[in-house]
Amino acid sequence: MAYVTVRRRELTFAERLYLPSILKGMAHTLKHFVGAGGRAGVTMQYPEEKWQLPSFYRGVPSLVKDADGRGKCVACSLCEYVCPPRAISIVPKSIEGVVEKAPEVFDIDMLRCIFCGYCEEVCPEEAIFMSKEYEICGETREELVFHKERLYEIGATLGADAGVPDAERKWAKLAREQGEQGVTGG
Amino acid sequence: MNALPVLLAETVSDGGVWASVNRTFVESRWAYPLLLVLVVGNVVPLLVSFLVWAERRGSALIQDRLGPNRVGPFGLFQSFADLGKFLFKEDVTPGHVNKVLYCLAPAIAVIPPLVALAFVPYGRNVMMADVDTGILACFAVSSLHVYSVTLGGWASNSKFPLLGGVRATAQMISYEIALGVSALAVLMVAGSLRLQDVVLHQADGWTVHGETLGAWSRFLDWNVVKQPIGAIVFLIAGFAETNRHPFDMPEAESELAAGYHTEYSSMKFALFFLGEYAAMIVVSALFTTLYLGGWTLFGLEDVLADWVRSSAPEAGWINWAQVVEGVLHSGIFFTKTLALLFVFIWVRWTLPRFRYDQLMRLGWMRLLPLSLAWLALTAVGVGILR
Ligand code: SF4
Ligand code: SF4
Repeated sequence: MAYVTVRRRELTFAERLYLPSILKGMAHTLKHFVGAGGRAGVTMQYPEEKWQLPSFYRGVPSLVKDADGRGKCVACSLCEYVCPPRAISIVPKSIEGVVEKAPEVFDIDMLRCIFCGYCEEVCPEEAIFMSKEYEICGETREELVFHKERLYEIGATLGADAGVPDAERKWAKLAREQGEQGVTGG
Repeated sequence: MNALPVLLAETVSDGGVWASVNRTFVESRWAYPLLLVLVVGNVVPLLVSFLVWAERRGSALIQDRLGPNRVGPFGLFQSFADLGKFLFKEDVTPGHVNKVLYCLAPAIAVIPPLVALAFVPYGRNVMMADVDTGILACFAVSSLHVYSVTLGGWASNSKFPLLGGVRATAQMISYEIALGVSALAVLMVAGSLRLQDVVLHQADGWTVHGETLGAWSRFLDWNVVKQPIGAIVFLIAGFAETNRHPFDMPEAESELAAGYHTEYSSMKFALFFLGEYAAMIVVSALFTTLYLGGWTLFGLEDVLADWVRSSAPEAGWINWAQVVEGVLHSGIFFTKTLALLFVFIWVRWTLPRFRYDQLMRLGWMRLLPLSLAWLALTAVGVGILR
């Protein structure tokens, strides 16, 4: 069998003494200690300093309203259906106007939500959006089930820059279209 | 030591029984040491809390982190917050331990280092116990510290603490010898066991064949210059004595969970912590005294003291001149000690831990022969130059 004998280099006296390398190591740590290590100050002071969220950041899902202040959600339950961990529960109710339904109850359990954004993608009415909100905490499980009001509240913080394209006047638009087609709102 | 009457130039003497009792106490030989005990006994735990903070922030800076910076300015009060936490934590005493020894161990961890500090001179007149065999007394007391680790490990009655305790015992006994021998060389040079003499010896310049060399020799008079090898051995052995990195065998987290204090919680654990840092202070204080000239500063301390004294208020109820001198001397002393303590922290966050066999080999086969050889060399040197 062919083999190679790798001869280890003999250590010099200074190397066997350890002390020079110890001093070298200490010089290195001292460099970091005085902040010359190159990475000083990378720590973010969290509650005061906050992360610059990227535009694609998916925070808490929230409900948005149109420019007239009407909730856009029509309680079609598509998001409830698509939600992988079944975090959403909706109870619809009939309403008067150009739209037939609106949610009576719209709960998202933030303990279940995995922030996948499917609800936002599936919504035919562009009524649900992932917000930039990520500081969610509570002392009980119930506290972390976000109800309709809370979701609208969070949604209200979203501007056009946060991903809501335009707060079009949906009801007005619908009423116009239905008028053109000769359908009366019910 | 009977310096309190000196410190208090005129005691309040309005006559009456109380004043005479007062005077009797002040002039007794206990008054001044008691005052110092009160001061040092409070300063040392404070210093420990500051050290823990320094250790955490220092390590953080070395690792490019920030460390605890929330409680108080720069996080200075972090240790007090921790203390509060320790006080309110449940004090668990496991069912399988030897209760007496289990409770005794943390106490033994704290008491010897604090007692050992009584023998250290902090200034010309700032000293609690001016014992003629100061260094021996100091070693005798501080080596009791090993019992806390041993007993803690033994009383816990479980594997890792026992292993930690056994390791610690072997380690501390081994390194104590090298420590003692290197200190012996210093005593040979100083020609006295009294720590105050050792300090003064380092401030009066070199004396060769009974002749004192010029003032310049004062600047080379520290034992760290005269005893470089001894100083290195003492420092390394001191690290091992206090179970600090790179010799923290007894607690070696990655091998032994937490070593001898695995089974301890709340305040008992905190006492071990306090003891470890107090032992660090003792070793630093001893190194300062033996090798770094104690409270002296090349004779400059007297010049400084004179200068400050001249601007001090007239001696009234309190003799300010004495107070100023004491504060100045202990200030110099503590500056040196703190610098050394920083080295302790610095080394801890630089070096990896030794393996146990390496540790033993270093202790017995390197440091001990080295210190013995140095002792012989010192003996020859002292014989020729004296
Ligand atoms: S983000 Fe995903 S998990 Fe959360 S509510 Fe929407 S669909 Fe469900
Ligand atoms: S998919 Fe959109 S419209 Fe349908 S229930 Fe969900 S939020 Fe409302």
